[in-house]
Amino acid sequence: MFSLERWLEVFEAISKNKLRTFLTGFSVATGILILVLLLGVGEGMKNGVEEQFQQDATNRISVYTGVTGVEYKGLNPGRRIQFKNQDYDLLVKNFGDEIEYKSSVYRIWTGLASYKDKSGSYRLEGVLPDYQFLENAGMIQGRFINEEDQEAFTKNVVIGKKVRDELFEDENPLGKLIEVRDINFKVVGVFQDPGGDREESKVLMSLATMQRVFGAGQDIRNLSFTLPKEESFDIALKKSNALISKLEAMLKAKHTVSPIDNSAINISNSIENSKRFYDLTANIKLFFWLIGLASLLAGIIGVSNIMLIIVKERTKEIGIRKALGAKPMSIVGMVLHESIFVTAVSGFMGLIIGLVLLEFVGPMINTEFISNPEVSFNIAISTVIVLVIAGAIAGFFPAWRGAKIKPINALREE
Amino acid sequence: MIEIKDLHKSYKIGKNSLHVLKGINFSVEEGELVAIMGSSGSGKSTLLNILGMLDEADLGTYHLDGVEIKNLTEKTAANYRNKFLGFIFQSFNLINYKSALDNVALPLYYQNINRKERMERAMSYLEKVGLADWAKHLPNELSGGQKQRVAIARALAGQPKVILADELTGALDSTTSYEIMNLIQEINDEGKTILVVTHEDDIAHMTKRIVNLKDGVIIDDRKVKQVKALENV
Repeated sequence: MFSLERWLEVFEAISKNKLRTFLTGFSVATGILILVLLLGVGEGMKNGVEEQFQQDATNRISVYTGVTGVEYKGLNPGRRIQFKNQDYDLLVKNFGDEIEYKSSVYRIWTGLASYKDKSGSYRLEGVLPDYQFLENAGMIQGRFINEEDQEAFTKNVVIGKKVRDELFEDENPLGKLIEVRDINFKVVGVFQDPGGDREESKVLMSLATMQRVFGAGQDIRNLSFTLPKEESFDIALKKSNALISKLEAMLKAKHTVSPIDNSAINISNSIENSKRFYDLTANIKLFFWLIGLASLLAGIIGVSNIMLIIVKERTKEIGIRKALGAKPMSIVGMVLHESIFVTAVSGFMGLIIGLVLLEFVGPMINTEFISNPEVSFNIAISTVIVLVIAGAIAGFFPAWRGAKIKPINALREE
Repeated sequence: MIEIKDLHKSYKIGKNSLHVLKGINFSVEEGELVAIMGSSGSGKSTLLNILGMLDEADLGTYHLDGVEIKNLTEKTAANYRNKFLGFIFQSFNLINYKSALDNVALPLYYQNINRKERMERAMSYLEKVGLADWAKHLPNELSGGQKQRVAIARALAGQPKVILADELTGALDSTTSYEIMNLIQEINDEGKTILVVTHEDDIAHMTKRIVNLKDGVIIDDRKVKQVKALENV
């Protein structure tokens, strides 16, 4: 394989048989090109679908406090645990890298709100800006609570769609003042929530405003956060369970709660709901892998076919070489050496063209269901290697048969 | 140089068996120029193929330069062909994508001689057949006679013990044929053993001995007075 003489012989055969080389190379290159594009589109489709169903992927975790159930370190049961802002800070400090969206929440279950002559009783919540994503709240009008509201204690509120419908009817609520528990707030946005009426009968303001205006000090009712999407449901489940047990241990230690106490700190996890989404993306992946494998198979068959034709075409040459003293293995080596070289070079050319196309044309495609088509370089390169190896194996048999033909028969071939 | 005893060969065609060679006894000394003659179907090509180790006999013995040729594996046959034999074919059998020089150098490639020396030796044989100026040309740029000269140079390049020529003038006009035969005679005069299969009388008479084959047996084997090809040109 590595003798210079053989390489020279192969290069001569390649350069003197340009059409044959071109045809072989062309079919291998287009095969790989199509495969790369297909895998790229598959990946794009997966991305697109993921974007569409993103919210379902969220694995939301909420932490609530309650009353201690068991005696611990001399403290009697029945003690109420209260979260403070520092519990949120602790969460961010210890798990900030592992979580995606996060917010602490202060809540007043019922608050009377009125505008002009209309009024209603709604849930009041003080939240952080990420809360929009935790709740999947979509803005119909205006904006959500932002950092500035939090830092400057602004009396801005965002109201649910039901609140708007009841208080404002057809009037535009933006910029209007509503009275909540006898204090005026300015409406800066209206949201809708996939949760429906119940979730839309809420009035939201920044946590800092809420704590100050309603005299809650540093108190918070719960911690909510989401974990980022993972490769598979199993990984997501594992990670979320690991995080939950660490978090629980940490909070229990901080509030002097017994490790076996089940009622003082409650953590609820929505991961089971995200299983459907993981199944969907897994199925899309599987589908494109099957298509990819099928086209790889087609490519292998194509390469084998070409190899067969090449050997057939070279039968007479093989006869001449054998008459001049070529040994069977040298014939096999010569044919395979040339074909592996040609398939490898053209395979990589197809690969590079495909990657370049995906790189430059890919970002231009952004329909609803295809976004950012791309292909992993490792996958692409291993398909090329598989194709080359398969071509070599497929080529070996015709080459071997060619080498076995009696020279006298090979020479008779016209 | 060549010693053949009681050689038999038959081919299976469907259910019938065709007995082509029916006990050939035949020997060639070093430096001889022998014509094997016979009409088509007489078995002369089969005999040549067996001599050339391109085909194997069913029965009988074959010694080449004192080495018994039997039960050859592909590998040893290739080795013997490379070392002992040079072939010249009616249809030239040059590799069409290789230049004249590269064609001549090919047997040396299979003798594992390095490229530089291959090219030098091949060039000297091309000079010998008078085609040094055509070294870089491809076979399809050469006339029939030139192609056969290249083939002769190639047959000589491996420095074989015996040259086997199968109807080497079969595809050439008579003037060119005589030129080629003249070259063969010159090579033979230098001491090379050459066997020529032909069905043409005039070509046969340019050798030193004619072996006549009919229906798979030798019916006649005699030395003849060599006609110098040059006289006919």
